[in-house]
Amino acid sequence: MKLTLRVWRQKNPDTPGAMAVYELDGVSEDMSFLEMLDILNEELIVKGEEPVAFDHDCREGICGACSLVINGAAHGPERTTTCQLHMRSFQDGDTIDIEPWRASAFPVIKDLVVDRSAFDRVIQAGGYITAPTGAAPEAHATPVPKADAEFAFEHAECIGCGACVAACPNGAAMLFTSAKVNHLNVLPQGSPERETRVLDMVAQMDAEGFGGCTLAGECATACPKGIPLFSITAMNKEWLRATRKVKR
Amino acid sequence: MALTFWHSTLGKKIVMGTTGLIMIGYLCAHLLGNMKIFFGPGEFNAYGHWLRVMGAPVLHHEWGLWIARLVLLAAVVLHAVSAYQLSRRDIKARPQKYVHTKPRMSYATRTMRWGGVILGLFIVWHILDLTTGTTHSGGFQEGHPYQNVVDTFSTWYGNAIYIVAMLAMGMHVRHGFWSAAQTLGAGNRTRDRGLKAIANALAIVLTAGFISIPVGVMTGVVS
Ligand code: HEM
Ligand code: FES
Repeated sequence: MKLTLRVWRQKNPDTPGAMAVYELDGVSEDMSFLEMLDILNEELIVKGEEPVAFDHDCREGICGACSLVINGAAHGPERTTTCQLHMRSFQDGDTIDIEPWRASAFPVIKDLVVDRSAFDRVIQAGGYITAPTGAAPEAHATPVPKADAEFAFEHAECIGCGACVAACPNGAAMLFTSAKVNHLNVLPQGSPERETRVLDMVAQMDAEGFGGCTLAGECATACPKGIPLFSITAMNKEWLRATRKVKR
Repeated sequence: MALTFWHSTLGKKIVMGTTGLIMIGYLCAHLLGNMKIFFGPGEFNAYGHWLRVMGAPVLHHEWGLWIARLVLLAAVVLHAVSAYQLSRRDIKARPQKYVHTKPRMSYATRTMRWGGVILGLFIVWHILDLTTGTTHSGGFQEGHPYQNVVDTFSTWYGNAIYIVAMLAMGMHVRHGFWSAAQTLGAGNRTRDRGLKAIANALAIVLTAGFISIPVGVMTGVVS
């Protein structure tokens, strides 16, 4: 495959960036999108140019490190992570636009790499349980109703990649925050902090400068793990409940 | 507590959803009342008079009407202020657009902000036109709402403003009703088809119902 790539290049947070055009030949349709970028970077290094910086780690779709807005869609045209996207989703001769996540809470560090530490601070605000940890407890020690377990699992799938923020027209982190809140709030292990968790995580989300929800639904469409839009509805319900229970 | 609520994006959105639903409820009542126009000036003007004695003998003359007006005013102001503040925040949270863009949201979703502004302007014009009579076209007569309505819809601009605003209202209600259900935590997978159907039905009935009045005047059914 022969491709024309238009890639966002930005030296550092303080220098304005721009799209740069690269021609790339000899791409196999069995390559993953990141392998295709590896080939581009090898060519750039040979030519003595700065390689394109992008985030990645597991390349198995489970860590949430990879990002990229590909042709205007977070993680590209398929419902998966960029590392699990393959070049067979594109045509020979295609022009592909590659941009970083865009949100003021996710500033660009370099090229396609953004600072997602705002998510870490949202987690620190309440995305944990305070039960003492140790060896894994016996699985049947705490019974969990099947429906609750399913609900928790569905939300626990979130890998915190930030595609929801990137896709949201308001740069909102509602889907991420709701996935984390719902995952823990429905389980007995998470119930001691049920109210403070949702209040604190939402407050931190606001403090990080994420936007608000307008129910556009772009986040759920972009989510590589299929976290549903109703996750946000469920968090709204938890938040309303918590404001009634906790006096602040 | 109230401040925590107002300072949170979630709380502000809940204010917006609740006030939006109050206004939708009002629109339903308003439409039912307005349909009396098709039964002649006697019935319509009597309805207009009843609005002033609503709640009697408990309430003094026009108190019921003024309570309704105050609730609606509070709803519009809270709704518009939270819409403005949240929109400002949303735009700031996403300052840089993507080079590669494609519109994917539905039309009703994309037009909530400008549609809302159109509704706000319409509400002001509508009150000046048919409540106070300030900008009314042909000799506003207090206590003769039937004639006033016919006068307004006998002008091309009266019809144009009203019909455009009602189309905007339909769109706003379509996304707004469903959104409010999510904001207030009432939506879920099993209820979604029902909620969307109610939203569409509300939008269509309210829009068609209100537009039937200028159409009635234009076709001479109401004169
Ligand atoms: C004063 C003029 C108005 C303005 C400026 C305005 C603006 C807005 C905005 C910006 C939104 C948020 C859109 C989004 O989340 O995508 C909204 C939502 C909404 N509006 Fe309005 N609007 C106005 C009048 C009305 C009226 C007259 C009604 C009643 C029919 C209404 C009902 C709603 C509802 C139910 C929502 C959904 C709230 C939610 O998402 O929870 N609005 N409005
Ligand atoms: S690199 Fe780990 S999810 Fe893509």
